[in-house]
Order: sequence, then structure tokens, then C-alpha cells
Amino acid sequence: MNKKNNKKYLASVYIVWMLIFTIIPLGLVVYFSLTDTNGAFTFDNLKNIGEYTPVFLSSIKFSAIATALCLVLGYPFAYIISKVKASKQTVFLIFIMLPMWINFLLRTYAWMTLLENNGLINKFFSLFGLGPFHMINTKGAVVLGMVYNFLPYMIIPIYNVITKIDKNVIVAAQDLGANSFNVITRVIFPLSMPGIVSGITMVFVPAVSTFIISTMLGGGSNLMIGDLIELQFLGGSYDPNLGSALSLVLMVLILISMGIMNEFDSGEEEMIAI
Amino acid sequence: MKKTALFLCFIILLGVLSFGSSAKNREITVYNWGEYLPDGTDGFVDVNKLFTEKTGIKVNYSTYQSNEEMFTKLSGGGVSYDIVIPSDYMISKMIANDMLAEINLKNIPNYKNISDDFKSLEYDPENKYSVAYTGGTVGIIYNKKLIKPGTDLNTWDVMWNPEYKGQILMFANSRDAFACAFSKLGYSLNTTDKQQWIEAANQLKKQKPLVQSYAMDQIMDKMIAGEAALAPYYAGDAVTCMAENEDLDFIIPDNAVFNRFVDAMCILKGSEHKREAEEYINFILEPEIGEQIASYLNYPTPNKEAFKLLSSEQQNNPISYPSEEKLKNAEVFINLPPEIDELQKDLWTSVRADSSGSAWSIAMVIFAFALLWALIAFYRRIIKRKKFK
Repeated sequence: MNKKNNKKYLASVYIVWMLIFTIIPLGLVVYFSLTDTNGAFTFDNLKNIGEYTPVFLSSIKFSAIATALCLVLGYPFAYIISKVKASKQTVFLIFIMLPMWINFLLRTYAWMTLLENNGLINKFFSLFGLGPFHMINTKGAVVLGMVYNFLPYMIIPIYNVITKIDKNVIVAAQDLGANSFNVITRVIFPLSMPGIVSGITMVFVPAVSTFIISTMLGGGSNLMIGDLIELQFLGGSYDPNLGSALSLVLMVLILISMGIMNEFDSGEEEMIAI
Repeated sequence: MKKTALFLCFIILLGVLSFGSSAKNREITVYNWGEYLPDGTDGFVDVNKLFTEKTGIKVNYSTYQSNEEMFTKLSGGGVSYDIVIPSDYMISKMIANDMLAEINLKNIPNYKNISDDFKSLEYDPENKYSVAYTGGTVGIIYNKKLIKPGTDLNTWDVMWNPEYKGQILMFANSRDAFACAFSKLGYSLNTTDKQQWIEAANQLKKQKPLVQSYAMDQIMDKMIAGEAALAPYYAGDAVTCMAENEDLDFIIPDNAVFNRFVDAMCILKGSEHKREAEEYINFILEPEIGEQIASYLNYPTPNKEAFKLLSSEQQNNPISYPSEEKLKNAEVFINLPPEIDELQKDLWTSVRADSSGSAWSIAMVIFAFALLWALIAFYRRIIKRKKFK
């Protein structure tokens, strides 16, 4: 067997993998969302999800806020890390990754015990005669949970891009009279756009479809779309057809959002070059 | 051809992965509620380990959070459990769906230990498919410190009392949540009147602004931590909570229907280890094991020999063992007819999620998104062209 054939061979494993674990499940989601419990063709599921538009909108709103906050917090942080000594950079990165070694569920659970009315934060404030502050089961707590859980996904891609920016470009900008503010806004920021775009995508997509965070930190009174889908499969309202239809619409919305983000990604570098 | 050979290898590998574990040996797979069997902690025996030591049968043990979760997993196929421990209404649903195997009681001599109260119940009138594991009642657990003086706790209305806004926990499980509403309204928990279900759903929607959180197992943590004033809860777990936090107390309101439940051991149809499964059930019914389970769970035991082994304090605990008088108002869930079941699911989703949107609004949202995309793409093309010039 020649070498070329060999490579095709290796690819076929991935094709089989994709077929079994991506294409077929996607097909099943489409199939379930277009059938009723008896397997007959129907548009009812898609029609019914119109009722839950507020849930979609609030999920999008929450995750957009969380993504924006992640960007505001994450960008300066990524920039600062990229400026310190290489040995220190590794330490910083380890500290960012460290919480991710612990299960997502546990981390969210930990926030619950921190934010509760009799939780650690309120106990601390009560030492000074302050509080108790009502923090758990609020919208702010949900956003906090999202920002906390997804912040590393924003920092790391931005950091990766910033460290790869050619130092000579910055030096050239300075030679041409740009002050440090101009260097950041007109050189570094546009050049780090690919990192920002992938950071936003990596935060927004999991945040919009997340579940558990809103039930644990938000009290479950304001369901997010992920919780609504979970309710159709594991919760009390077992209805996989409606659940699939909800997932399908969510997928379409995410695809469009990614398309929008890609617009900002592609061509940014060429534009600067021009 | 090498290619086909590799492909065949792949298929064989898949086959081995999925069927290899079902080779006939002395083992059983048990699917039970979480924290529902003594596991060697807190000074209790490890029941599964004891069983393996005694019989040499290996026990694979996994757990679920709700009847619905268990049912979903089983009806999805691809899993092979031998024993499950569903609740009453789920047992009748599983019988109706032909999912359970008939149990040969001749192989379970300890069945004689089961008290008559737990035999021939509505969900399995002929005792063909199930052997009672434990039972219990649903009432209201409350924190004495957080209850304002003068509040009447002897009524389900207290769960709708606006004075406790943000201090009420509610079941995240549809059947249990609806049962609370029916208890308040005074309807049967098994009503098949659609209007009554809609009324109950409206009650739950009315309650939603007052609810701090919808939870199941977390009710225990939150009540012990003093996070909430009121919650509906299962009597046995309430006893466990009260041992941890002395401010907690439990009440089953008088003059209102309430839920009494029975969880029972069943063998699944198609089980390849039926004989071993029956041995396991027989082992669970040993008086000493029954005593351990009852002490661990604080739920009333259906095992009359095990009951005799309990301390008099446990035997006389009015929460675990309510009086005959109280139990007159108790109702056991039965399986609902399919159309009511469907209605329940829809109503529950509409209680939990904001369902005020109209049929076309989601299409509008998608359209708006797509339009935004098109606009941005268009705008960027123009900029690019300008810069190029």
C-alpha cells in the first residue's frame, strides 16, 4: 500500500466517527423535531416552541451579558499576562486552568454555598454588621456563574493571539510616532481580533445552551433554554419531540451567531495590510 | 482486501464493546434512587457488599434522581438493568408498557415478612410484579425560627402565603408538585378531570413568584442550612433533616388529601439474571437488612420483622409512622391515562418556563438574527471595497 492511500485510511476513521457521533445524531434531532410521539410527520413541535420565545430571548440576553463581561475582564487580563516574563506567564496560565480541573457542577455548587443568605460571603459581612445581602436566586447570580465558568475560554484564545503578534510591528508603530494608547487601540487590538472572535464564540455558544447554572444559582424560576430542553428529556415533562425541536432552533440561532462572529474574524488582517 | 478487514475489525470491536458485558455470569445490575441504600457510611452496613460476600453474586449499582429519569433511560434502550425500584404510579406505567417481568415469589421465602399494608396495592393488585421496598408520606417541612407567629401551618395554603415570598422551596418534579396543588385545592391526586389539572397548574403559576427555588435532593441541604422557611418534603428525609437542624419540624396538614408513596423492587423484562435478582430481593427482605435500610432512610419499613428490630423511639415516631387516623386522607399515586399524562407534561412545562410567546415569534427572532447577519456582511463588503480603492 502506498503512502497516499495510507493517509486516506487514517481519515476514514474520523469519517466513521463523525458519521456515528455527529451526523446521525443530528439527523435524529431533525427527525424527532418533525414527528409526533407516534412517529407521524408534523410541524406542531416547531409551531409550539413559539410559546417559549421569551425563554430563548432571555437566554440570549444572559449569555450576551456574560460574554461581554468575560471580554471586558478577560482582554486586559490576557494582555497583562502576555506582557510579563515567560516563566510567570506559565504560572498565570496554570492559575486560570486550575479551577477547570474541578468538575463544572461542583464549582457551581460551591458558588451556591458562597452566595446563600447564610453563606460564607454573608457570614463574612455580618462580622462587620453588614447584610445579609440577597445574592442567590437572582439574575446577577446566574450571570456571575456563567462568567466564572466560561472566563478561561475567553482569556486563553486572546492570550494566544497576543503573544504571537510580531514585536517588530509594535516597534514600527512606535517609530512612526504612535503613543502607547495608539499602539494598543490601533495595532494590538485589531491584530488580536481573531482571538477575540474565537473567545466570544467559545463563551457565547456554551453559555447560551448552558443548563444547571440557572437552576442552581437562579432558583429555577427563570428557566434558560438549556434547562427547558433538559426538562423535556430528564425532567417531569418528558417530550423528546418538543425537546428536539427546541434544540434544532437553538442550533440554527447559534449557527447564525457564529456566522455573524465570523464576519468580524475574516479579513481583519488583510484590511490592516491594505 | 485490507480495507474491508479493518472495517470488519471495527464492527467486531463495537460488538464486543456492547455485548461483551452480557456474558452469563453471576452478577446483577441494580438501578435505585440516589442515597436509598446503606452503603457502609455513617455506621451502617454496606448492603451490596454483604450480599456479594454471602452469595458470590456481583452487584453493579447505579442510581437515578426521579422516576421519569429512570423511565427515560430504560425506554431509550441500550441498557440492561435487572432490578429497578420505581414508585407506585411508575410501576403501573411500566406494567402497562410491558417492561416488568413477573416475580416468582417461591424464590423469595422472605416475602412472608412483608406487612399486609404493602401487599395488593392499586398499582399491582395481584403482587405479580413488585415487592415493596419502602414507603412514606409527603408533608411540609418548616423552619420554626423563620415562621412568623400566628401562621397557620396546618393547611397547604401556607405554601402559597405571600408573607414567605422567596422562602418557599418547591418540588422540581411534576407529579409531586401537582400533588401539592391538589392537596391545597382538595382534589384527588389522581384526578382525570382536565379542568382540575388546569386549575392546579394555575395555582402553581400563582405560587411561582413566591418560590425561592425548584429542587429535589437540594431541599435537604437548603432546609438544613436554614435557607428557606417552607418546603414540601418526604417524611423520611424530613426526619433526617430534623436530626441535623433542630429548628426544623414537619407537618402533614389535617383534613387534606396527601400523597402516600410506595417504592417497590421490580425485575425488568428481558433480565438475564432473574434468578439472581430474586435472590437479591430475598436478601433485602432479611429482617436485619430491613432494619438497616429503615434506620438509614427513616422511611417506614414494609418489613414487619424488621420493624420489630427498630428502637421504640423509631417505632413511635409519628413522622415516619403516622397514625391510622392521619393515613385516612392518604392517596397513593396511580398511573394517569395517556391524555392526562400528556396534559400534565404540557402544563408543567408552561409552569416552569415563560410561555407567553406567540406561535410566530420564534420565526421572527430567527429572521431578525439572519437579517442582522446579512446587514453586517453587506456593510463589511462595502468597507473592504472602499479601503481597497
